[in-house]
Amino acid sequence: MAEMWINMGPQHPMTHGLWNLRIKVDGEIIVDAVPEIGYLHRGMEKIFEHRTYPQIGPITDRLCYGSSFTWNHLYCLTIENLMKLEIPERAKYIRVMVIEMQRIASHLMWIAAYAADLGLLAGFLWAMREREIFLDLMQALSGSRLTYNYARIGGVAADLPSDFERDALRAVNYFEKKLEEYEALYRDSKIFLMRNQGIGVLSKEDAINRGVTGPTLRASGVKYDIRKDQPYEVYEEIDFEPQSSPDCDCYGRYVVRMNEMRESCKIIRQALSKMPQGPVRVKTPLIGPQGDAIGRVEDPRGEGIMYVIGDGSEKPYRLKVRSPLFVILSAARQMLVGYKIADVVAIMGSIDVCMGETDK
Amino acid sequence: MIDLETELRSRIDGLKRKIVRKAVATCERRIERELPEKIGKELSELHAEKGFIRMRVERSSILKLCRLLKDSYKFNHLSLITTVDWDDRFELVYHLFSYPYNCAAEIKVEIPRDDPKVDSVTPLWGGANWHEREAYDMMGIVFLNHPDLRRILLPQEYEYFPLRKDFKMELE
Amino acid sequence: MLMRSKDFLAWADDWFGRVLKKSTLGRAVDRVFTDFFTWARINSLHPLHFGIMCCAIEMAAASAPRFDAQRLGIIYRSTPRQCDILLVNGPVSKKLRPDLRRLYDQMADPKWVIAMGECAISGGPFWQSYSIVEGVDQFIPVDVYIPGCPVRPEAMIEGFVKLQEKIRAEKKGLLTEDWVRK
Repeated sequence: MAEMWINMGPQHPMTHGLWNLRIKVDGEIIVDAVPEIGYLHRGMEKIFEHRTYPQIGPITDRLCYGSSFTWNHLYCLTIENLMKLEIPERAKYIRVMVIEMQRIASHLMWIAAYAADLGLLAGFLWAMREREIFLDLMQALSGSRLTYNYARIGGVAADLPSDFERDALRAVNYFEKKLEEYEALYRDSKIFLMRNQGIGVLSKEDAINRGVTGPTLRASGVKYDIRKDQPYEVYEEIDFEPQSSPDCDCYGRYVVRMNEMRESCKIIRQALSKMPQGPVRVKTPLIGPQGDAIGRVEDPRGEGIMYVIGDGSEKPYRLKVRSPLFVILSAARQMLVGYKIADVVAIMGSIDVCMGETDK
Repeated sequence: MIDLETELRSRIDGLKRKIVRKAVATCERRIERELPEKIGKELSELHAEKGFIRMRVERSSILKLCRLLKDSYKFNHLSLITTVDWDDRFELVYHLFSYPYNCAAEIKVEIPRDDPKVDSVTPLWGGANWHEREAYDMMGIVFLNHPDLRRILLPQEYEYFPLRKDFKMELE
Repeated sequence: MLMRSKDFLAWADDWFGRVLKKSTLGRAVDRVFTDFFTWARINSLHPLHFGIMCCAIEMAAASAPRFDAQRLGIIYRSTPRQCDILLVNGPVSKKLRPDLRRLYDQMADPKWVIAMGECAISGGPFWQSYSIVEGVDQFIPVDVYIPGCPVRPEAMIEGFVKLQEKIRAEKKGLLTEDWVRK
């Protein structure tokens, strides 16, 4: 049968963002795949060079809008490493708590979109409903539902409101019970299992060689989590387990993310109980020093890095963003070749695409 | 019973961290001792501190250094390739990480502005493919032996390299 | 009555036009049924499944149980041929501009465009960038602008209600008005 190239995107319900996937098909089997990105390129790295350090904060929120606090926090961490600032303990605990809440919200957004793509609309509705609870909590902290700008250089913007601890504990207890319901829904759905098990296999050597990080790497058997292996903030004081799964397919990635949500609930409880009293922000200089610094965090999608070079003025000379999905998308070819067209949705959905950070 | 379990777990975690710190320190010492002999005088700076090893190397031996780091010292994860435009030269900064030894390495390479060519490290790490394409797209650095060097973020017909300092953005 | 199919179609169009579109019978039918067609159009606005940036997450949240845009008849369709509304919810880069114009051209009349969020209205926080078009209305006619960064789901639903009021105020009948818009 003749082979032909098919364009999936940029407008396609599968894509969750703007990118183009050109696949070469021989009948129904995929023979080659070429992802094309760049439809959302906003020239952020050039914009960063023309803004002062405090002005860049709200822009980094828009880097990956599914987990915007992570990038905001990563930027503040990098600049604090550059300026060699020591932030108060209470601010570190608050940051860890909000990071984990954001992780839960991001994974819920992923499972909602993934279930809707695979035809399980109940999953979409339930996950979005629980996500609203965590968005309410973060709205109480920062005033916004999606792009918070809550982490500032030197700490966080404001202290927790009164009753926040009680509400957060209630939310986490409620959510853990709901997580059991979700797992029952997916575990009993034969179609979901058929569409996920054995599909989109990425072997361990391929994953490490291609620079894949995050839940996609942990689902291929490598138990590497930056929060545990190169800890930042107060992750050394908190007791949790990085989750991994030996089956390298879409089902493994699903299992890893569901378990990570459970671990995040544990981390939130510990952070709330161990939080000391004190200030939440220190004064920062407006002029940055000369030199370079790196900040590295575990984004819900992988390993996020920011590398800043300061030149002694109030604007950075160069601020580089490393997004995890940029690298995982380049490994799309390995995951797609040999499967059928109908599997493209499951495979590309399981790596949790968010084009904001890929295209910068 | 619960207290005993958490106590045991925290002790095991502490032991694990000690083992990892020792591994990191051994790796650092090995690198500091052995690399200058193997690379020679093309390696101009070498400075290791708390699991982070900084180096500066000439552009002709970047591939040799990367191959050495990957094979002998198990730096199997290439994280980031950054391009910097100082006004008279370009600079490439590679960040590598090692999963077994839990170390990080930073390699800086200087490239003359009128001849922006350097060897590609794609044969060693497949993940460098798109990083190098982005470096070409944004800054115009050409990577020799790259399998597919074309623009990735901007349209194919775009003529300029935006991240160079002489590309002025309209600020009005 | 023996004609080729092309000629038959031209003859039928001509008669149809004479009897219905340009005559008093057409205008009478319209006067009776305009309100009905307007009601049908208002309560079945079908936007395109097209998400660009952060406002797309809020668009998805508006279909979620808490805000529930579906009670207004808003159901997303995957292909532009079946849609009424093009909801632009993010910045338009120069690479995307021809594709977006092509999507707009593929939609059938009547069609409306909603610019959701600051990035679609004027370029947003990236207006100085070298690769962003400053506002969607540079190449597509826009009907409703919804400000916000990101737009809250309640604001998006209010934007749709405003579009409904606009359609109601236009009072376009089915037969006697020309729908083609450039």
